[in-house]
Amino acid sequence: MTAAAQIAFLGRRAFLRSIRQPGQMAFALVFPLFFLFVVASGLDRAASLPGFPADSYVDFMFAIPFVHGALFTALNSGIELGRDIDTGFLNRLALTPARGIAIMLGNLAGGVALVLIQYCIYFAGGLLMGAHFEAGLLGVPVLFLLAALGAVAIGATAMTFALRSGSPEAVQGIFPLFFVGLFLSSMNMPRNLMENSWFQWIATVNPVSYLIEGLRSLVIVGWDPEALAIGFGVVLGAIVLALATSTHAFRARMTRT
Amino acid sequence: MSAIVAERLVREFKAVRAVDGIDLEVADGEIYGFLGPNGAGKSTTVHILTTLMPPTGGRAVVGGYDVVKDGPKVRELIGAALQEAALDPFLTGRDHIRLQASLHGLSRAERASRGNELLERVGLADAADRKVRTYSGGMKRRLDLALALLHRPSILFLDEPTTGLDPQSRNALWVEVARLAREDRVTVFLTTQYLEEADVLADRVGIIDHGRIVAEGTPTELKAEIGRPTVQVAPADPDEREAIVKTLDRFGSPVDAEPGRLAVRLDAGYDLADVVRALDADSLKVAHLELDEPSLDDVFLAKTGHRLEGQAEAQPEPVGA
Repeated sequence: MTAAAQIAFLGRRAFLRSIRQPGQMAFALVFPLFFLFVVASGLDRAASLPGFPADSYVDFMFAIPFVHGALFTALNSGIELGRDIDTGFLNRLALTPARGIAIMLGNLAGGVALVLIQYCIYFAGGLLMGAHFEAGLLGVPVLFLLAALGAVAIGATAMTFALRSGSPEAVQGIFPLFFVGLFLSSMNMPRNLMENSWFQWIATVNPVSYLIEGLRSLVIVGWDPEALAIGFGVVLGAIVLALATSTHAFRARMTRT
Repeated sequence: MSAIVAERLVREFKAVRAVDGIDLEVADGEIYGFLGPNGAGKSTTVHILTTLMPPTGGRAVVGGYDVVKDGPKVRELIGAALQEAALDPFLTGRDHIRLQASLHGLSRAERASRGNELLERVGLADAADRKVRTYSGGMKRRLDLALALLHRPSILFLDEPTTGLDPQSRNALWVEVARLAREDRVTVFLTTQYLEEADVLADRVGIIDHGRIVAEGTPTELKAEIGRPTVQVAPADPDEREAIVKTLDRFGSPVDAEPGRLAVRLDAGYDLADVVRALDADSLKVAHLELDEPSLDDVFLAKTGHRLEGQAEAQPEPVGA
C-alpha cells in the first residue's frame, strides 16, 4: 500500500476523531470570529492612523481568524498524538505496515481537512462583518493554502512536543507560548507603525508576522508577490524545520525494529 | 518449526534489567502461558517479540524471522492485543476495524467481510457502530482481539488480556482463545498474572520472576514437580482424632493442616477414594474432607520463595521507559 493511501486512512481517522468532539470544534470555530468581531469593532479608529495600510480595521484583522484556527486545530493534532502515545494507540499503529511518515502526516492531514472547513466559515464570517477581500475569487484558495500550510508548520511543531513528552498535557502546556508568539507579531499593528523598538524587533524576527502579512496582503492589497513569496517561503521553511525535528522525535519514540 | 524462539534475551532500561536472559521456545499451534507478577518482565518480553522494542542482548525469532533484522516480516505474521486495549474512544468499533484492515492492505470487500465476520465472532456486531467510549471493559478487550486477528495472523500475542474483566467476560475470552488455537491452529503467546488462566488455557507455562524464567512445563508437570496431592480431614468426633491419624498414616506422610484438621500428603498410588474407603472401613466419621492438589501458586512459591497471588500491585514494569 502506498504511503499516500496510508496518510488518507489515518487522516480520515484524525478528522473523524476531531469532529466527534463538538466542544473542541466549537471553540476553534467561535473564538477566532469572536476575537475578530471584538477587536475589529473596538479598535476600528486605528485604521485612521497615518500610514495605516487598510481602509478598515476589520480588513486589517480579517486574516487573524485563519491563524487562530490554524493554531487551535494544529495544537489539537499534537495533543491527540500525545494521547495516542499515552494510551498505546501509537503501538497499535506501529504493529501495522503503516510507515512512520504516514502516521505523522496522516495526523496532520486530518487537521488540515478540518481547518479548511473552518476557513470557509471564517471567510463568510469576515465578509458578514464588512471585510473586503481584494484578491478576488482566485485569492481565496491562495489564502486557504497559505493558512493551511501555517497549520502544518504549527502542527508539526506540536507533534514534536508530543513525541518528546509522550503526554497530551505537555502539548497543552505549550499553547500559551504559541499565543504569546502570535501577540508578539504584526497581528494587531503593522510593523512600520510600532513605536516601541523592542516590540518591532521581535515582530520582525517572529516568523508568524510573515505568515500574517502574506495572508493580509491578499485581503488589503490584492496580489502582492513580495508579501506572498516571503509568506510562503517562511512557512515552507518552518514546515521543513518542524517536520525534520518531528521526524527525529518520531524515530526516537517509535522503537519498532 | 517453532513459532517463537528466544535465546538469552535481555532488555535493560538504564539501571533496570527488565528481561534477564530469557530462553524459550513455543511450538506451532501451542498456547504458551507466560505467568508472573507485575514488573516480572512479561510485557517487556512481549514488546520485544512483537518488534515494538529491540532487545539489548540475545536474540528472538518469531515465525522464522529475526525480530531485530526482519521486523516488518514478523509484523506480517503476528497479531497482538497489548496490555492496554488501546482504542480511540471517539471512533466506533467498525471505524477501528476499517482503519486497521486498511493499513494491513485488505481490499474494500475483504475489509467489510472479514470485519463483519470478526465483529460477529467476538459478539460486537450489534455494538459495531457505537463509539468505543460507550463500551465496557470486556467489549473493548473483545474488539482488541478482533483487531489483532484482522489480517489472519498465525501467531497471536495477548498481554494480560483478561486483567480487570468480570468473570463472564473472562470466560468468553478464554473460549475464543482456546478455539483459535484448536480450530485455526493459531499459536498463542499469552501473558497473565492469573494462575487459573494459565492453568485453564495454556498447553505449557513459563513462570517468570524478576526477568528470568524460573520454571517451565505443562501445568500438570509443574504441579507434579513440587509434590503429591494432600488430603485434609476434620474429625466429626474429637475423640476419634488419634484413630483417624493412624488411618491416614497408611496413605502417606502427615503435613501441617488448618486448625482442627488433619492432613496427609498422599504417597504415589493412593488417591482420595482410597482414604474415604479406609475411613469408612474403620467406622470413623468426618465432618469435612477435601483433596488439595498442588496449584501453580504452590509451584510459584516453590520456585521463587514468594506467592504470586497478591503480587498484582507490585512494582510496575518499565516498558517503554
